[in-house]
Amino acid sequence: MERQDNLLKNLDWFTIGLYLLLVLAGWVNIYAAVYNEEYQSILSLSQNYGRQLLWIGLSLVAAGICLTLDAKFYSVLSYPIYILVMLSLLAVPFLGEYSHGARSWFSIGPFKLQPSEFAKTATSLAMARFISSRPSYGKGGLPFKYLLMAGILIVIPPALILLQPDMGSCLVYVSFLLVLYRAGMPFAILGIGILAVVLFILSFLLDKALLTGLIVGGGILAAAISFRKFRPWFIGVAICTLIMVLAVSLNESMQLGYPLHLVMMVGAAAVCLVLGGLALLTHFRKAFLPLALVAGSLVFITSVDTLFDKLDTHQQERIEIMLHLKEDPYGVGYNTQQSLIAIGSGRLTGRGFLQGTQTKYDFVPEQSTDFIFCTIGEEWGFMGTCAVVTAFVVLLLRLITLAERQRSAFSQIYGYCVVAILFFHFFINIGMVIGLLPVIGIPLPFFSYGGSSLLAFTILIFIMLRLDASRREYFS
Amino acid sequence: MISPLSPRKYVIGAAIVLTAVLFVCRLFVIQVIDDSYIASAKDNSLRYVTLYPSRGLILDRKGREIVTNAASYDLMVTPRQTRGGFDTTVLCSILQIDTLQVEERMTAAKRYSWYKASAFYKQMSSEMYAVLQEQMHKLPGFYVQARTVRQYTRPIAPHLLGYVSEVNQNTIDSNPYYKMGDYIGVSGLEKAYEERLRGKKGCKIFLVDVHNVIKGSFEQGRFDSIAYPGENLTCTIDMDLQEYGETLMQRMRGSIVAIEPATGEILAMVSVPMYDPNMLVGKARSQNYQKLQEDTRKPLLNRATNAIYPPGSTFKPLQALVCLQEGGITEYTPFPCSGPSSVPIKCTHHHGSPVTLLNAIEQSCNPYFWHAFRSTLERSSSFKDNYNTWREDVLSFGYGTRLETDIPGILMGNIPTEAFFDRIYGPTGWRAMTIRSLSIGQGEISATPLQMANLAAIIANRGFYYPPHIVRTEEYNHRIESHVRAAHFNTVVEGLYRVTTAGTGRHYPVAGGAITWCGKTGTAQNAGNDHALFIAFAPKDNPQIAISVVVENAGFGATWAVPIASLMIEKYLTGNISNPALERKMIEFK
Repeated sequence: MERQDNLLKNLDWFTIGLYLLLVLAGWVNIYAAVYNEEYQSILSLSQNYGRQLLWIGLSLVAAGICLTLDAKFYSVLSYPIYILVMLSLLAVPFLGEYSHGARSWFSIGPFKLQPSEFAKTATSLAMARFISSRPSYGKGGLPFKYLLMAGILIVIPPALILLQPDMGSCLVYVSFLLVLYRAGMPFAILGIGILAVVLFILSFLLDKALLTGLIVGGGILAAAISFRKFRPWFIGVAICTLIMVLAVSLNESMQLGYPLHLVMMVGAAAVCLVLGGLALLTHFRKAFLPLALVAGSLVFITSVDTLFDKLDTHQQERIEIMLHLKEDPYGVGYNTQQSLIAIGSGRLTGRGFLQGTQTKYDFVPEQSTDFIFCTIGEEWGFMGTCAVVTAFVVLLLRLITLAERQRSAFSQIYGYCVVAILFFHFFINIGMVIGLLPVIGIPLPFFSYGGSSLLAFTILIFIMLRLDASRREYFS
Repeated sequence: MISPLSPRKYVIGAAIVLTAVLFVCRLFVIQVIDDSYIASAKDNSLRYVTLYPSRGLILDRKGREIVTNAASYDLMVTPRQTRGGFDTTVLCSILQIDTLQVEERMTAAKRYSWYKASAFYKQMSSEMYAVLQEQMHKLPGFYVQARTVRQYTRPIAPHLLGYVSEVNQNTIDSNPYYKMGDYIGVSGLEKAYEERLRGKKGCKIFLVDVHNVIKGSFEQGRFDSIAYPGENLTCTIDMDLQEYGETLMQRMRGSIVAIEPATGEILAMVSVPMYDPNMLVGKARSQNYQKLQEDTRKPLLNRATNAIYPPGSTFKPLQALVCLQEGGITEYTPFPCSGPSSVPIKCTHHHGSPVTLLNAIEQSCNPYFWHAFRSTLERSSSFKDNYNTWREDVLSFGYGTRLETDIPGILMGNIPTEAFFDRIYGPTGWRAMTIRSLSIGQGEISATPLQMANLAAIIANRGFYYPPHIVRTEEYNHRIESHVRAAHFNTVVEGLYRVTTAGTGRHYPVAGGAITWCGKTGTAQNAGNDHALFIAFAPKDNPQIAISVVVENAGFGATWAVPIASLMIEKYLTGNISNPALERKMIEFK
C-alpha cells in the first residue's frame, strides 16, 4: 500500500493532465473530421471516432500497466524487448496485411497493429540502457566507439521498416541524433547533417553555378572569421575571384561549352588549393575545417542529382512540390494545397465545431490521420492551432525538465528519447500540413487517428512517468 | 544529475521553441493575414469540375472532316451533398427512369465514394439537359458535366478509325493521366494517336452554396487549369474512295487496300462486312459491341490487316523477281508446260510450250514458276543456303514480317523458315520438290491484304516502298529498298502489263482502256470456295495508286476482284465511272 501511495504522490500529474487533454482534443477532432449525419452513434465501430474511443480505452489500460510495473523492469528487460520488436518488424513484410502499397500491419481481429510504432519505444529503451551502461557517460563526451555502436542500435529498425516500406516511420529515427547530442555527441555531426539538408534544398532552388559561388564565398568568410585576421583573406578573395572569372571567361571565349557550374567547380578546386596553401604559409591550421566543408559541400551538391534519382517518383514529386518547383493543384500538390485552403479558411477563430466544410467533404485526403491538423485549423482557427502548438511545446519542455531531474542515467536518456521522438513527429507533421515540409506520412501524436500510434505514444510517455516516479530510488 | 553537458538542454529547448515560433508565424500568415485561402462564406464548399478537352478531329487527305465531336452531358452526383434530400420525382420524369433505378444508381455512387462525384446518368440527350437545367435547384448534390462524344460525318472506315471507350481499371492503375470516367482510344487511329488526339484535361474550382448554386469561381480561378483540346489529325484516306470501295463491296466479304506508291500513304482501306462507327458511340456502345462481337460474319475484324490469305498467283510477280535476282532464271529462260497434265503442278490455262517469263506471268503458268523456283533453290549444292537467301529476299518485300506502320495490331503473315521445315520433314528430309506449293503462293505462305497492296506499290516503284501509313507524319518518310535490282522490275512490270491487256485481267480495262495498268490475278485455295485476289497499280508509268482486292469465297480472281480494282482505280484517277453497269453488278454481288 505504501508503495502505491508513493507512486501516486510521485507521479507527475501535470504531464498526465496534459496528456489527457491532448488525447481528448484529438478525439474531438477525429469526430469532427469524419462527422457524418448519417452515422451519429459515437460508439459505432464502423467509424474512425468509434474505434478511436476504444483505442483510447485500451491506451489508458496500457498506461495503468506501465505505471504498475517496477521501474527496474524497464532497464532490465530493455534489450529483450528491443530484440522481440525487431523480430516482429522482420516478420511484418511477410505476414502482415497489405494496404496502400506497403505491408506494415498485423491484423488481430478487427484491429490492426503496426509494429513500427512500437519499435520507437523499444529503440528508446535499448538506447537508454546502452548509453547509461557506458562508464564514461555523464563525464563529458561520448567516445566515438560507443557513438558508432549506438548508431547501429538506431539504424536497425529503419532498415527493417524499409522492407515494408514506410518512408515516414524510417525518418523518425533521425530524431535519435538529438538524444546522442545530449549524451555527448559533438555538435559538428549534427551540424553537418543540418548543412546537408540545407544544401540539398538549395541545390533545387538555386542555380548550381550561383550555389557554387555561395559555398565558396561562405567558406572564405567562415575561414576569415575563424582566424580573425582579415587582410590575407582579402588577398585570398581577390585571387579566387580572379581564378573563377578566368575559368569562366576562358570557357566562354573559347566556346568550350562546358556547363557553367562545372567550370566553377574546377575554379573552386583551384580556390581550395590556393586557400590551403595560404593557410599553410600563415600557419592557420583552423582554415582546414572550412576548406574541408567547402570541398565536401561541392561534392555533395554535384551528387544530389544522383541521390535524388534514387528516390521513388512520388517522393521526388513531393519534394518538388514543397520547393514549389511543380505547381499541380489537382495532382501531387493537391494534398498540400487542400490542406492550406482548409487551414486558411479557419481564420482567427475558426468556423466552429463540426462546421468545417473543407475537411469534411473529403477535399483533404487522410483528413483523420496525417492531415488531422487541418480540421483543427479549419474549425478552431488560429486560436486553436496556436493552442495545440503551445500544448506540444509545454509538454516537450516539461518532458525535458523531467529528463533533466533524473538521477539515473537510464531514465535521463530515455526521457530525451521521448522528447526527441515527440518533437520529430510534431515538427514533421505540422510542417508538412502547413506546407513548410514535403508530404511525409507520419502521424501527429495523440491527434491522428490510428490505434497503434496512440497506444505506442501512450506507452512511451507512461514509461517515462513511471521512471520519473522512482527518480529518488537509485537503480542501474 | 549534474553533467558538463547540461547546457545542451537549453539548445534542445531553444530548438523546440524556435520551431513552435516558426509554426505560429506561418499559421498567422495563412490564417490571419493572407485571405487568399479563405473559402468564402460559412456554408460554401468547393466543387472540382474536370474540364474535358475536346478530342482532336480526324480529317481526310483533302482536309474534309471524317470524325468530329458532339456535345454530351453526364449527370454527376456527390452523395454527401445530397443530404438534404432531393426531388426523386423530378429526376425520374426527366431521365425517364423509375424510383428503383434512382436508388440503385445512388447506391452505386455511394459505394464509389460519399464525397467524390461520380456519374449518375451518362450521356443525357440535349433535350434532357435543357429540361434538367431548370430543375437543378431541386437536386442538391447533383451537377452536369459537359463531355464530348465522337460523331462521324459519313459512316465509313470503322476499323481504320477505331473507337473510344471509358478507361478500364488496368489503364487507370498503370497510367496516372487517366482517371475514372475518362475516355481512351481503344483501336485503330484513336488508339495509335491517343496521346495527340486526347489533349490535356483541365480543372475548374467553383464555390457552391448549400442550394447547389454556383457562386463563382474560387479565387478568381487562381487554382484552375485550362483544358487543351486534342490535336487534329490529317489522315491519308480519301473519303470518297473509301466510301466508294465500301459501297462496291457491301454484299461481299473481303477487303480493298489502296496505297499511293510514291509516299506509302494509304488511300483507302476497306474491310467488309463492316459496321456503322456511330454504333460504338454513346449509351448503346456496349450493347452494340456485344452484338457485333457475336455476329458470325465478324464485322469487327479488320480484314485488311488482320486476316491472312494464301497469296496464290498474286505471289508470282514476287517469285519472278526473286528468281531473276538470284540467277535462277533470266527473262528468256524457257520451261516446258503440258497444260493440265503437267507434273508435279498442273497448269490451269492452255497456252503454248515452252514458255518464257513474260508469257508465264500473262498466262499465270504454274509449271513455269515451279521450274523457276526449283532452279533457284537448286542452282548450287547448298540448298538450304539458297532457301534462306530466297526467304530473305521475299522478306525484303514486307511479306512474313510485321510491316512498319501506324496501324495498331497488324498481323505479319508467314513465310516459313528453314527451322519450320526441318521440324516437319527432318533436317535432310526436304527439297524444292517437297515445298513446291511455295512456288505458286500456296502452302504455308500467307499474307495480309495490306502486304499484298504494299507488294503492288513496290513493283509500281520498281524496287522500294515507304512504310504504309494512315496519318501524315515525318516518321514514315524513309525509303525501304527490296533486295531486287530495278532492271528486273522493268521485266516483271512488262509481264504484269500483259496480264491486263492480253492475260487473265484483260476483261475490265480501266476507264475503257484510257488508263494503262498492270496487275496480277490470284485464286487462293481454302476450305470453302476459293478467294478471289487481285493486285494492281496504275498508270503503268508514274503510278499513282497501288491496290489489292480480296473477295472471300468468290471463286476465280478475274471475275470479282479485277473489276473492283478497275473501278476503284478509275474512281481515284478520274473521279467518275464510265461503266455504271459493271458498278451495279458489283453492288448486286451474286
